[in-house]
Amino acid sequence: MEFAAFLECLTSASCIISQTAGGLKIGMLLFLVASGLTLVFGVLGVINFAHGALYMLGAYFSWQVMNVTGHFGLSVFLGALGVSIVGLLFERGLLNRVYNAELLIQILLCYSIVLILDDLVMIIWGDEFLSSIGVPEIFQVPPLFVLDAVIPPFHLAIIGISLLLALSLWLLMTKTRFGHLVRAAAVNPKMLEALGINTTVIRASVFVLGSFLAGLGGALASSIGSVVSGMGNSILVESFIVTVIGGMGSIGGAFLASIIIGMSRSFGAVAMPLFTDGIMFLIMVLVLILRPQGLMGDKK
Amino acid sequence: MIAFFKKDTFFRDACLALFSWISLVIIFFVIPDPGIHDIIQKVFILGLFALSLNILIGYLGLIAFGHAAFFAAGAYTLGLFLQSDFIKIYNFGAFSIPVAIILSICVSAILATFIGSICIRLKDIYFSFLTLAFQMVLYSIILALVDITGGDQGLMGGFSKPPFLGIDLSKPFDFYAFTIFISIFVILMLRQIIESPFGYGLRMIRDNAERPAALGFNNQNHKLIAFIIAGSIAGLAGSLQALLDVGAYPEWAFWAKSAEPLFMILLGGMNTFLGPLMGALIFEILNDFVTANTKYYGLVLGLVILSFVLGLKQGLLDWIVMKFKESKNNNAQN
Repeated sequence: MEFAAFLECLTSASCIISQTAGGLKIGMLLFLVASGLTLVFGVLGVINFAHGALYMLGAYFSWQVMNVTGHFGLSVFLGALGVSIVGLLFERGLLNRVYNAELLIQILLCYSIVLILDDLVMIIWGDEFLSSIGVPEIFQVPPLFVLDAVIPPFHLAIIGISLLLALSLWLLMTKTRFGHLVRAAAVNPKMLEALGINTTVIRASVFVLGSFLAGLGGALASSIGSVVSGMGNSILVESFIVTVIGGMGSIGGAFLASIIIGMSRSFGAVAMPLFTDGIMFLIMVLVLILRPQGLMGDKK
Repeated sequence: MIAFFKKDTFFRDACLALFSWISLVIIFFVIPDPGIHDIIQKVFILGLFALSLNILIGYLGLIAFGHAAFFAAGAYTLGLFLQSDFIKIYNFGAFSIPVAIILSICVSAILATFIGSICIRLKDIYFSFLTLAFQMVLYSIILALVDITGGDQGLMGGFSKPPFLGIDLSKPFDFYAFTIFISIFVILMLRQIIESPFGYGLRMIRDNAERPAALGFNNQNHKLIAFIIAGSIAGLAGSLQALLDVGAYPEWAFWAKSAEPLFMILLGGMNTFLGPLMGALIFEILNDFVTANTKYYGLVLGLVILSFVLGLKQGLLDWIVMKFKESKNNNAQN
């Protein structure tokens, strides 16, 4: 435990600013992935263990497009789009067969897809780390200095993009007809069907949206880190934590929890470098004990 | 009063258990291939792990996703105890191994009492997530305490295995016979518990929790005791694994380790008592065969699990039992 270092950090403005910016970057990237997971759980009632694998696919797809075209925006977009298509095939081909099955069967179906995809990407792209696709040229400028704190501009861009997506997700869910239907399908799908709404289409489109978010998260992650098989596993567990802390099915809760987890990771790395993950899980344990439905979840 | 024992089938089961042990000991000499011996040992160790988890999954309907916490607790307790100066100071000598195994079971049981009493208050996926979270806290602690546990390198340095009661665990045959004897003995005890009034209480809680509660059953007590039994047996499995590998590794506390017994339960079947043991056999043979031929083990395992989930829709032993009953019914009708 490095409490002296932690106290020193808390008393210096530059350390607070750089750790906060770092925490926001981690948290916002996490939100992209976790919002997809919580959305899928809210509507489909399935814990998608394959969500991390979709994130990994997003990174590989965008790496591939970058290698062919060399265009950053295009590779991120096509990467996320490619994952949406995989998501559609997964939902239509496999997942819809187990909607009424037991929890164990759903978990194992998703987990088998993780095992298969982890090896498939190794067969296609090899088992070496692929180098990151790098940040676009306009962000290849010297970092910003705020009160001596170093902030890479691209991190600000990631935070901006994620905030924008969080906002549009909120608008989509609360202000559009589609959003109303999705929320209705989460509460009472039978009634929706009786009213002549095709819930199969709604379920499929929610899963595609969730896959798109996972893929986008992976594609953006490939620009700041290397790409490797199994990279989705740690983000999957972190997304679980966010989903549970925020309240399962609650997108607002996921937003709040992502920031909490991002901050705990970033400041935890200063205070207890060896126990950063442990802090996250302790928060998860506390929330589950004190408020099992999550910070912003509905009480059952 | 909770009854854990059922008299009428005990004699038959005990004979079967003894017979199985003797046959497996004979197999050791008939097939002198160390590879096969290794597989059989591991099947029993992993089988204990999977059978213990199935008390919660199959008989209580609680999907515990943090069961490897107890496996790792047992393994690290055994390793740390055998490496400690404690043994020399108090002169445990020959009895250090039995004491270490019993201690591992006790530590896992205490951990299971603590984690279980908190987790059983939650239901469904919340229960699963809380067990997962506790396991990952333990994993983080193991990684953080580098000075004691060796951090991500695992518990290195080894330990000696002094002979006790004429059993020298450093000899392959002694280890094989000892591990399988302990495993079969525990499986026999578990069978008694599952078939006892207590075991049927668990099934009743799984199928309709309100009814036993209305009958004056203490559901939470039953769940907690089942959780402690499951945790202790997982701890025993972990301690045997640590004895086999002469060390302990943090991956045993990682969440992916908790997925392994789930695979075994799926492959073998959750509704037949020995299903998870059968699953461990399939898992271990698959592991041995596939890793010898290709490095894409995950791909093969994933496809096998997928075919079980979508095709057979149940474990192999469950399926065999079902077919057997069907043919019996057909014969009776003809």
